[in-house]
Amino acid sequence: MYSLVKYYHPYISPFDPCPPMKVKSYRTPPNLYVGFQPPSLPQFSPKEALFHGTLWPIFYSPYPGSKKEEMKRE
Amino acid sequence: MWLYEKKLQYPVRVSQCNPRLAKFLIEQYGGADGELAAALRYLNQRYSIPDKVIGLLTDIGTEEFAHLEMIATMVYKLTKDATPEQLKEAGLAPHYANHDKALFYHNAAGNPWTAEYIQAKGDPIADLYEDIAAEEKARATYQWIINLSDDPDLNDGLKFLREREIVHSQRFREAVEILKEEQGKKTFF
Repeated sequence: MYSLVKYYHPYISPFDPCPPMKVKSYRTPPNLYVGFQPPSLPQFSPKEALFHGTLWPIFYSPYPGSKKEEMKRE
Repeated sequence: MWLYEKKLQYPVRVSQCNPRLAKFLIEQYGGADGELAAALRYLNQRYSIPDKVIGLLTDIGTEEFAHLEMIATMVYKLTKDATPEQLKEAGLAPHYANHDKALFYHNAAGNPWTAEYIQAKGDPIADLYEDIAAEEKARATYQWIINLSDDPDLNDGLKFLREREIVHSQRFREAVEILKEEQGKKTFF
């Protein structure tokens, strides 16, 4: 399973004025990995779909993400 | 910093005295999808993009300035020996009234270049997709200018520039693939 957040370690100069953020992150939403949507994908129930904004779980991209994920980022 | 080589990336030859072409070519000089917009877009976005693709934006942004020089040379050659009467016939009287034969960053319709042509969203995927779109739009613009031009020597240079847009688009697409890779998924703490 791919991840919807990627992390990288930016270059840190010894002369940076502010305390460095050692890890930065960016989002790679799930649609990047699907290409043309294949037929017959699993679906949410109609009620769940309304809450998620999509009928298909593979396109669901929570933001800012689960609490667990947020904890890991810090 | 940059090192300057006092030569063009690809030779610019203009075989026919046709100032009208300059009016179309200026689209690639100061237009929304022109070389100035491209260079400034990439050389600005690179600061806040993941380290793996900074070099790509630096290299392509630098090459766009080399393209800008080629376009400038083409426009200059087409207009430098034109009389005001010839410029008027070519539809360049408004340009002449404002700038004489100086080049200026505006598009074929005379609208001055504006930073609103470019964007830096800070989201690497959004920025790279804008860059891919910009390359495709520049390629299309070269196609339409080639269609308008019947100067084979000038078109030779334009075909080179069109090909470079294709290569740049390919490199930006590869950059998206690099950012999609899973190596970046681990948290290291």
